[in-house]
Amino acid sequence: MLKVEQVSKSFGGLKAVSDVSLEVPEGKIVSLIGPNGAGKTTLFAMVAGFLKPNSGKILLQGESLVGLKPHKICELGMVRTFQITQPFAKLSIRENIMVGAYHHTDNPQKASEHAEAIAQRVGMRMSLDAPADDLTVAGRKRLELARALATQPKLLLLDEVMAGLNPSEVEEILTTIRSIRDAGVTIFLIEHVMQAVMSLSDYTYVLNNGELIAAGVPREVASNPHVVEAYLGHGAAERLNAREPHA
Amino acid sequence: MFEPVILTTALINGLMFGAIYSLLALGLTLIYGVLHIINFAHGALLMLAMYAVFFLFSKWGVDPYLALVVVIPGSFAFGYLLYRHVIGKLAKGKDQNILLVTLGLSVVFENAALFFFKADTQTLNLSYAYDMIEIGPALVTLPKMISFGASIVIGLALWALMAKTDLGKAIRAVAKERVGARLMGIDVDHIFAMSYGIGIACLGAAACLLMPSFYVTPTIGHVFVVIAFTTVVLGGMGSFVGALVGGFIIGITESIGGLFLGESLGQIGVPLIFVLILLFRPTGLFGAKA
Amino acid sequence: MTAHHPRLLLAGVLILVLLPWVVGSEFLISFAIIVLYSATLGQSWNILGGYAGQFSFGSVLFFGTGAYTSSILHVTYGINPWIGLVAGILMGMLVGAFVGFLSFRFGLRGSYFALITLAFAEAFRIISNSVEFTQAGMGIYIPLDQHPLNFQFEGRTGFYYVILVFFVISVAIALRLERTRFGSRLMAVRENEDAAEALGVDTFGHKMKAIMISGGIGAAGGTFYAQYYLYIDPYIAYGVDKSVEMLLVSIIGGMGTVLGPFIGSLVLHTINEISRHYIDTPGLSLIVYGVILVLIIGFLPDGLIGLFKRKPKGDDAQG
Repeated sequence: MLKVEQVSKSFGGLKAVSDVSLEVPEGKIVSLIGPNGAGKTTLFAMVAGFLKPNSGKILLQGESLVGLKPHKICELGMVRTFQITQPFAKLSIRENIMVGAYHHTDNPQKASEHAEAIAQRVGMRMSLDAPADDLTVAGRKRLELARALATQPKLLLLDEVMAGLNPSEVEEILTTIRSIRDAGVTIFLIEHVMQAVMSLSDYTYVLNNGELIAAGVPREVASNPHVVEAYLGHGAAERLNAREPHA
Repeated sequence: MFEPVILTTALINGLMFGAIYSLLALGLTLIYGVLHIINFAHGALLMLAMYAVFFLFSKWGVDPYLALVVVIPGSFAFGYLLYRHVIGKLAKGKDQNILLVTLGLSVVFENAALFFFKADTQTLNLSYAYDMIEIGPALVTLPKMISFGASIVIGLALWALMAKTDLGKAIRAVAKERVGARLMGIDVDHIFAMSYGIGIACLGAAACLLMPSFYVTPTIGHVFVVIAFTTVVLGGMGSFVGALVGGFIIGITESIGGLFLGESLGQIGVPLIFVLILLFRPTGLFGAKA
Repeated sequence: MTAHHPRLLLAGVLILVLLPWVVGSEFLISFAIIVLYSATLGQSWNILGGYAGQFSFGSVLFFGTGAYTSSILHVTYGINPWIGLVAGILMGMLVGAFVGFLSFRFGLRGSYFALITLAFAEAFRIISNSVEFTQAGMGIYIPLDQHPLNFQFEGRTGFYYVILVFFVISVAIALRLERTRFGSRLMAVRENEDAAEALGVDTFGHKMKAIMISGGIGAAGGTFYAQYYLYIDPYIAYGVDKSVEMLLVSIIGGMGTVLGPFIGSLVLHTINEISRHYIDTPGLSLIVYGVILVLIIGFLPDGLIGLFKRKPKGDDAQG
């Protein structure tokens, strides 16, 4: 579904993303992890069309995305959510989701019905006519999800959708995301919450200092010494190994 | 083409006015750099200061240059109080709100001036208004010379204030890092008001330096708003050096434009530069990258 | 966003249509003309500023362009002012497209956008003040020739119905915005451009359409002014005072609402008349109005219309 080939991005002298290649197969959930500042959000921004890579290719079902504006990329079937939620504050929850729903209908009535259906699916139980401003963090995350879903994407880019959620909220959203995948949407997500990554992803890529340092099934990646070091610092892998044997 | 005398005179006049524009811009860029607000009331406040200078002269015979001593602190106080009790309170920090509040204030000030002072054009009748000084091949009026010198001095004083004093350091700290400064114990609201006050004090100074060579009406602020903003954007929002250099560039552009295109069309230089800078280099010549 | 009762609006329009028959006073008709004219111009600002979220400080640009287009066509080329009206509207949309293209292509938002519109208006003022085409500083006098076919009327009533039509059209446009996909998307752009873009909204295209609509409405107001007052000059056509009035009535009345500009205009001009009655010195009403603006920003950011809006039924928000 999504192919990223040798993509790089520099800001001034700083190389934020270095020759990164990855693949997101159709129907799978792929995650991108790494310590803060690793370049994950920059990579995401390039895939979603908000930043232009300095070099490399980004292909969605064979079509190149580089240079396309985000709304065009949305037309091709890929939609992103934002790490720091971006609700349409003065609009109601319903109107927020409708903006996504308008992607495939121009009838306000239909869009409203679709918005209600999506809200249900995502587990939003409050009155849809309340202003989006009133939502809690968890509510806003759901709204981000709902809006994106309403566009009926083929590929969903989730940017740290669990950040700021408490454990039970995380569980709920995990279930929701799984059901979205089960309905046929491919998912590519950035995440910090390890529990989510482990239980959700079919495949994981690890970024550190702009470079890909590991890739594989989550369980393998978790015990990869390079990955441990990236998060916990130099020598940590050895120390951990010394303290307890491999499970 | 034009004789050297005319060209030089235009250039020198441009520099003279440019120095005053620098002062206007310094105030505006300080306010933007620290408070991150675009002070649309800048022109109207200048107009009020200019009326103050006018009345000091016409009612009490105070020479405009001597009036600096009164008008600068007066403007500062007015600006401080205006920010502390009106702007700061009403705007609640949102960019859009501050834009509109300062616009609203300019409407109030201009119409108050219209109401109390009427629409007549007022000038100072200085005895030495037309004394000439020779500079090279050109003749320049004495007031313009004095204004030029004074704006340089005031500009330097402002620089000294920002660079060398504790207040200046606090202001720069707040400009750079608002939350951090507050955590360090700096009374940020006070600094905001101080910065706004200093910005308006610059307007007060500019008023004293302008009146000898210019005139005042309630709507004179409109002219200067565009000039001040162009200068600030040209120099770079928040940049002192930018405000100084920008002022001179705009001053010269204005006078050369007037020379080649005539009184009326010559004014096009300023909005033209404004548009070009906003489109192609919004950070200005010396501004920090957004 | 707000539920507009179509019957109420229709009733309102009906009242306005019948007004000249019910009210005999020329003075009140003149007052109504000013209110509707100001409200129409306010709606021009409102489309771009209230609905699309792009605050313009130079909307007079469209007004002046409309006024000059129809006037020059009429006085210099002998073209009928009704045709001039259409030409003016087209020119207004063109100018909007021009300013919009430059501003939005180069990513100008917020205060920077406000500033550049100010600069363009200033530039147009300077140019119209300097070139023969617009008769420079002298301005253009429209010769008196009262005949409906000439877009001039004996008495006020004719003008009243013309501006009423303009006003109703401008309100209808705003209503359409609130009921269609285009309007929803426009408001999404207003609330959060990046999020809208990510959700498939062509933000550039939408902003362009909004500024062109704004341009057309503003220009229509300009032509009306020229035909009503029979004189325009660079200061009237492109002076900043008009820009300020256009945004004042919208913000005070309630930006992003269908009737906000109308309410703002009604309040402004009522204050105007009342203060003129007591103290006939220019400036007083605008002082009051400026103070109201400042207070509204601080305490009633939804504008006066906010006083009428009921809070939508939202329970405590649950995740």
